[in-house]
Amino acid sequence: MPARTRRSAAALAATASIALFASACTGSANNAAADDPKAETTLTFWHGWTAPSEVKAIEENVARFTKAHPNIKVKIVGNINDDKLGQALRAGGSNGPDVVASFTTANVGKFCHTGALADLKPFIEKDGLDLDKTFPKVLQDYTQFEGKRCTLPLLSDAYGLYYNKDAFRKAGLDPEAPPKTWSEFTAVAKKLTKEKGDSYERLGFMPTYLGYETVVSHYMSQWGHGGYFGEDGKSAVGTDPAFAEMMTYQKSLVDALGGFAKLDRYRTTFGDEWGAKHPFQTGQVAMQLDGEWRLNFIKEAKVPFEVGVAPLPVADDEAAEYGKGYLSGTIMGIAPQSKKQNAAWELVKYMTTDTEAVVGFANAIGNVPSTLDALKSPDLKFDARFKTFLDIARHPKSTTSDGAVNGSAYQDTLQKFAQQYEKGQVPDLKKGLADTAAQIDRDIAAAK
Amino acid sequence: MSTDILPAKEAAAPAASGPVARGRNTLRSKRRRDALRTLAFMSPWLIGFGFFFVYPMASTVYFSLMRYDGLNPPQWRGLDNWAYVFSDFPQFWPALQNTLWLCVVMVSCRVLFGLGIGLLITKIKSGAGVFRTLFYLPYLAPPVAATLAFVFLLNPGTGPVNSLLEAAGLPAPAWFNDAAWAKPALTVLAVWGVGDLMVIFMAALLDVPKEQYEAAQLDGAGPWQRFRHITLPNISPIILFAVVTGIISAMQYYTQPIVAAKVASGKMGGSGEVFVPGYPDDSTLTLPQLVYNLGFSQFNYGAACVIALVLFAFSMAFTALLMRRRGGLIGSGD
Repeated sequence: MPARTRRSAAALAATASIALFASACTGSANNAAADDPKAETTLTFWHGWTAPSEVKAIEENVARFTKAHPNIKVKIVGNINDDKLGQALRAGGSNGPDVVASFTTANVGKFCHTGALADLKPFIEKDGLDLDKTFPKVLQDYTQFEGKRCTLPLLSDAYGLYYNKDAFRKAGLDPEAPPKTWSEFTAVAKKLTKEKGDSYERLGFMPTYLGYETVVSHYMSQWGHGGYFGEDGKSAVGTDPAFAEMMTYQKSLVDALGGFAKLDRYRTTFGDEWGAKHPFQTGQVAMQLDGEWRLNFIKEAKVPFEVGVAPLPVADDEAAEYGKGYLSGTIMGIAPQSKKQNAAWELVKYMTTDTEAVVGFANAIGNVPSTLDALKSPDLKFDARFKTFLDIARHPKSTTSDGAVNGSAYQDTLQKFAQQYEKGQVPDLKKGLADTAAQIDRDIAAAK
Repeated sequence: MSTDILPAKEAAAPAASGPVARGRNTLRSKRRRDALRTLAFMSPWLIGFGFFFVYPMASTVYFSLMRYDGLNPPQWRGLDNWAYVFSDFPQFWPALQNTLWLCVVMVSCRVLFGLGIGLLITKIKSGAGVFRTLFYLPYLAPPVAATLAFVFLLNPGTGPVNSLLEAAGLPAPAWFNDAAWAKPALTVLAVWGVGDLMVIFMAALLDVPKEQYEAAQLDGAGPWQRFRHITLPNISPIILFAVVTGIISAMQYYTQPIVAAKVASGKMGGSGEVFVPGYPDDSTLTLPQLVYNLGFSQFNYGAACVIALVLFAFSMAFTALLMRRRGGLIGSGD
């Protein structure tokens, strides 16, 4: 073989090897479950809880499982966010998780579409699990993507309004009559606000999109909308008027309470959302949009004022739908590379569908139970205020965010646009939303 | 085997030329042995270079032409990822601008400050050890802890820096909460941790022959002339080193801006909350953040690889430019 030809052949072979090597480095998402769930085995379970009381609760929940399944041991790994989870699911390997739990329901689309989490349909069919009789519809929706079910709900979160009843009384407001529409809400928030110099002694409500849970998706559930994507799969934020209505109202609230710059400067004085110095707990704000878990934080912080809870207000022309809210929650799935998928399914099934397990865990961490039976269970222990969140969870008009192939990227894009709008940087809201919708569509097309 | 590569003319040569051909064969065989020996000596480097540079580089180019999510087999996309990043991905250009800003301003500030401190400490008569320690210590602070501390110090609502500025009647910017001030705040943080460059410059400055200063002084050269014509040419390779490594670090700048953005925006993570990188207004967005975001958060390795290649191209271009223009930029040198 001539030298030049040989060199070319060597180069071609090297290139082909690199390409093959590169292809070979991809994880496989198609491992069939062949393990015996009755055999002695150890599962690795990754979750994201970090608060000591929540970590203890998940450990107790797993202990209940291992007691019922003595052949299965569970190694628990906490403080795992979705980025770490994604990397582990891609990499596979024996040290990776068999079972995972994530807080970000918006990533279900990404996990199901790519096969990062195993399809649960064969397991559900094998055990004859009737999802309609087990989970509320919204929870069924956010745990699947385009018909592919790769997760099940493990408790859920319902978002409502927390308010300082003492501050209501001092402002001459009836603490038993929280605002039900956004117009009422603006008036109440203004009454509760006490200015101090160029800042605030107390703010009625922190409306900006950086005010912890006051993000676009949580606001949006209080406006009747048809979802973030149309039937053609294209973004609906430019065509569904509810998005413009919500943003217009939110901007008016920002302006009514002092404007973005002043509010944002006040926001920088707030403590951490997950710590004792949360601005609602310190009395810096009198009302807060938050999830049901805040009740436990409030109890632990021993706040020196009476706290009321209520559903968030609704749009003025949707008063009949008062009581609805945003729903989200923790999701559970199985790593497709796991060689112990049948045993993993036993853990997922137990934690997500066993009434005793769901109720026990819900009681321990103060979340909303995720099964229909658990929602009705007499064993649920909660104070009267928690019922508000159970009602929000059961409300037929409560909604959640849609899934997408690129996870929460579409929410990031929408949130970013909304932040520009609240600052007054967007002269034409309608055009801005149309451009945002087009950008969301381009991002999704690039990720498909 | 060897006859394969002999030209046909030589292979068919008459027996009379045997000794000449044998001599050529011996020479060729010696050359081959030499080449193999050289290769054997170079093999550790070649293997490392192949595995840690050529393979990742080839893979990055390969995946930049593919739709690849890290789980399923790559699918050919041609230049789609390139077109998406350059024309349809709105965060790319702000991130590129920020990265270039950091390369120019932050690196310049660090080099100038590091050199200045180095000069100062090599000149002072007493307390040099104390100052050297004081200026070096911040470099040892973990980046996340240092960034958290700076966000706290520069907090517009509760930070002591703004309290002092306001007490002095000076304007108090919002630092990490203001798009115009976020990068300067990051630069202040980077300059605070300039201990590494200070030590390198001090070593270089102490290495400049004293006789040259004495001769220049005898010739009547002042401090500036001595610095311009003796110090700078002698330490120019070190300045070049500081600039090149600084630019490469700036190209990889990730931890500090993302921590600052998360803390300043109050979005430290939690119950699936939305954090939009680059807070405020994309001012702290850098290209490595996009690589991470696209690749690891959105499972879009193809687009992430495009940005990685852009970073590589810029690093190479900066380095090549500085290496070529070193004399013109810094002085006549060694």
